[in-house]
Amino acid sequence: MSYLEYNTRQMPSGLRKVLYLNWPLIALLIMVAGYGFVMLYSVAGGSLTPWAEPQIKRFGIGLLCMLIVAFTPLWFWRSIAGVAYGVTILLLLGVEFFGSVGMGAKRWLVIGPMRLQPSELAKITTILALAAYYDWIDMKKISHPVHVVIAALIALVPTLLVLRQPDLGTAMLIAAGGGVVIFAAGVHWGYFAALIGSAAGLVTAVLQSRGTEWQLLKDYQYRRIDAFLDPTLDPLGAGYHINQSMIALGSGGWSGRGFMEGTQARLNFLPEKHTDFIFTTLAEEFGFVGASSLLLLYMMIIAVCLLTALRTTNRFGALLVMGVIGNFFLYFAVNMAMVMGLAPVVGVPLPLVSFGGSAMLVLMVGFGLVHSAHIHRARLPS
Amino acid sequence: MKRSDRDKELSRRTISRRALLLGAVQLGFAGTLLWRLRDMQLNQSEQFRLLAEENRINLRLLPPIRGLILDRNGVILAGNEQNYRVVIKRDDAGDIDLVLSRLARLIPLSEEDIERARRDMLRNRPFVPVTVAERLSWEEISRVAANAPALPGVTPEMGMSRAYPLREDTAHVVGYVGPVSERDLEALESPDPVLFIPRFQIGKSGVERMAEDRLRGRAGSQRVEVNSVGRVMRELDRVEGTPGANVHLTIDARLQNYALERLHGHSAAAVVMDVKNGDILALASGPSFDPNLFVRGISSTNFNELLNNDYRPLVNKTVQGMYPPGSTFKMVTALAALEAGVTNGQETVFCPGHMDVSGNRFHCWKRGGHGRVGLVSALAESCDVYFYEMSQRCGIDKINEMSTRLGLGMRYDLPITSVAGGLNPTREWKRNNRNAEWRIGDTVNASIGQGFVLTTPLQLAVMTARLATNSAVLPRLVRDPLERSERELASLDLRPEWLRMIRQGMDQTVNDRRGTAYSSRIVADGQLMAGKTGTSQVFSITRAEREAGVRRQEQLPWNRRNHALFVNYAPHDAPRIAVSVVVEHGGGGSSAAAPIGRDITLAALNDALPPLSAYPAPQRNRIQYEQDEMHERLRRPEDLRLSRA
Repeated sequence: MSYLEYNTRQMPSGLRKVLYLNWPLIALLIMVAGYGFVMLYSVAGGSLTPWAEPQIKRFGIGLLCMLIVAFTPLWFWRSIAGVAYGVTILLLLGVEFFGSVGMGAKRWLVIGPMRLQPSELAKITTILALAAYYDWIDMKKISHPVHVVIAALIALVPTLLVLRQPDLGTAMLIAAGGGVVIFAAGVHWGYFAALIGSAAGLVTAVLQSRGTEWQLLKDYQYRRIDAFLDPTLDPLGAGYHINQSMIALGSGGWSGRGFMEGTQARLNFLPEKHTDFIFTTLAEEFGFVGASSLLLLYMMIIAVCLLTALRTTNRFGALLVMGVIGNFFLYFAVNMAMVMGLAPVVGVPLPLVSFGGSAMLVLMVGFGLVHSAHIHRARLPS
Repeated sequence: MKRSDRDKELSRRTISRRALLLGAVQLGFAGTLLWRLRDMQLNQSEQFRLLAEENRINLRLLPPIRGLILDRNGVILAGNEQNYRVVIKRDDAGDIDLVLSRLARLIPLSEEDIERARRDMLRNRPFVPVTVAERLSWEEISRVAANAPALPGVTPEMGMSRAYPLREDTAHVVGYVGPVSERDLEALESPDPVLFIPRFQIGKSGVERMAEDRLRGRAGSQRVEVNSVGRVMRELDRVEGTPGANVHLTIDARLQNYALERLHGHSAAAVVMDVKNGDILALASGPSFDPNLFVRGISSTNFNELLNNDYRPLVNKTVQGMYPPGSTFKMVTALAALEAGVTNGQETVFCPGHMDVSGNRFHCWKRGGHGRVGLVSALAESCDVYFYEMSQRCGIDKINEMSTRLGLGMRYDLPITSVAGGLNPTREWKRNNRNAEWRIGDTVNASIGQGFVLTTPLQLAVMTARLATNSAVLPRLVRDPLERSERELASLDLRPEWLRMIRQGMDQTVNDRRGTAYSSRIVADGQLMAGKTGTSQVFSITRAEREAGVRRQEQLPWNRRNHALFVNYAPHDAPRIAVSVVVEHGGGGSSAAAPIGRDITLAALNDALPPLSAYPAPQRNRIQYEQDEMHERLRRPEDLRLSRA
């Protein structure tokens, strides 16, 4: 799709765009962020500082960014996709060589007064690039091996660069966002079947070879895998966080222990209670009702975005929305699975709820793109 | 590029199909999450809630306040004082060295303290608080509190710690406490859980140790909510413990102080006892030590100084020190002879200055001899030959029996550590321990308290009290204020006429011109004393020394000189107190021990510094000088803090 495709007469323009915003999505986002404010207020022991207040401000800025992105015509995003992706790769390489180290990982680039985290940027630009790529190539060629390899590389290059930082969580999100776009674009089943099959085969081979003469990894590497897969094996070491998290979550019961009454979070048994483990506090203080309602809100966001993707005839827009959804879904699904002890501990925050600036901003920009696709969707002539 | 409508439609259909598929997968995964949530929160919530409770509730023991140890008038001998200390947690401190160096600028910390704190911190788990400094002043602790922001992980704390306000005075009686050690715990069958509280103090010696059960009290408990690093967030409930019971001693703190100061400069022991009920009024062993040093954890320098001191400050000589009683034993021999009927006491014995017994010559201390002496003058002038004679007449068994009856050779059950039994040698004892038969020479030696006989100053005081009262006085160190001061004491059943002679001998020892302690007599009305000197040989002057011109005790090195002893009761006509004094290597009983016994007696009778008028006029100038010098060292009445109870 290109600029020429836009039928400006069918497109809302100027302030009229406000009417065409995806209002249900905005309402849902504010509700989810509201959960975040309440929980951050609670884990700070009933105080707006140090978390709730900055979070509210950031959400405000995020909303503003979302609207700016939303009102910007979709063709603009398509045309800058390639450049944005290239810049992101350069920044990631910059981190690799000049990045500043914090918490045992190199994630930031310090340019003057700014602290940039290019891996966050990569979540969006990878999706943009892939959506633009599939919008650009011929429909008949999408399953051609060369194009599949190119698409895979677009997704894999930033993924691997982020993985090297090392930041497993973000790398996973980038790969997943890219994978969802590639899948949604209609690439042949066979590739995915082969990918899943070979991955499963590799894992099986690694695990099965253990203890035999030709085992593929060193013993200590296997032990690390064990601890990664089942943290409960080591309740005072790696498993400590997960055990405490499950205790908090489980003790919530049906309606929870009450606002600000959660003992686990209040007493610091929970690690990272304001970031990665905030869902645990929610589940502890508001119980099944609070936790499942948040899950429901998240699924409603997914559904609303999915509807946007289904209703636009604009291929770029639809793929973009799908990528954002895939990213967002994996975000909260991995986080929740982690705190419930279903998945290994990877540093993935709960989207819009966990305390954190750049992740929130990138998410809101992502939803801005969804809005843009929604506002500037190709409408059938009335 | 411009797409055809067909392509557009294809794209739309593909995306829709795949989007719906992805949506379905996502919905399925969300369903799994919801199912897991339901399982944990609804089905297993009881179990998790229990785990959460265990996590946060911590039962803590509240250390009970230790009972006080008081003297007979309620003066605090062992009390508890607020102890401000500074603890540090490695977890919160971050850079330990930086924090410690900052702390060292606020409070006095030696290199050793810092090193110990660092070691303790690295040995313990990071959230365990480690004590850096103790017994800080209020100013110091305020300085730490004011600088809290610069001292992460450092907390000022307040606790109770044992303190001995009279320091050296009662160290040997009261003893001291210290942190519970592995050995303390091993010695107990089922240790009280309170002992596991870090830095909890337990009695290590003296009354503190022997009356530990009474003093300790019962721990209270407190249920607190803690966070994951063990920090207390709030208290849930609290059961107060029972403070330890106070222990009232029979000691008189002022007399004790006087006695100890009077022993100043000597390695010596003095015991003052109430003859009517056996209450021990003073139990002084000099030199003493400051028990507070032990509570804080004594430095090795200080400890070695105490350990290597020739005067053995750590030993409680009053009950632990065993000395040959020398001539103070002669009352025993005399009574044994009287009871055996081998003399009537009036009969005299000729003393030529020596006596030959089975080929060995036994000398009298007076080489020229005493001439004819009866029982009374033999005691007063301390003639040895008289008792050599009497002992051969009555035999060691009778002497032994009398010695036991008068309370020697017996281990008294007092609540202080290492009370020794002394030694009343018998034929059987010698057979078992020396692998030799009892010989007549042994009896002769024993008759003047030499040879195998060993007594403690406490036993000598008991003996004197028994002679003064004719009843089986038993020493008592602890007396409840509610308990009657009088005691039912069995009679010794010694014939009054025998005792009259003994007492007369003791009276003349002090008050007769020829008595050995005449220069230490008291002249105040109603305060006259009766006593007996003793000089017990530790080493005999060797032939080589004699040839080198050594004739007198003063010429010998200190640790080869004779022990000086003195026992007395007063007033001589209506005894109230009995006193015994042993000066290790003091030279002679009449010169070294008797003056001390006299002064302590006067202090006890007057309940104050001995009045000058009690001394013979020619001595008053010298005494005044001695008293002035001593006055400086004595504790002022205001130093004696009374317990409010």
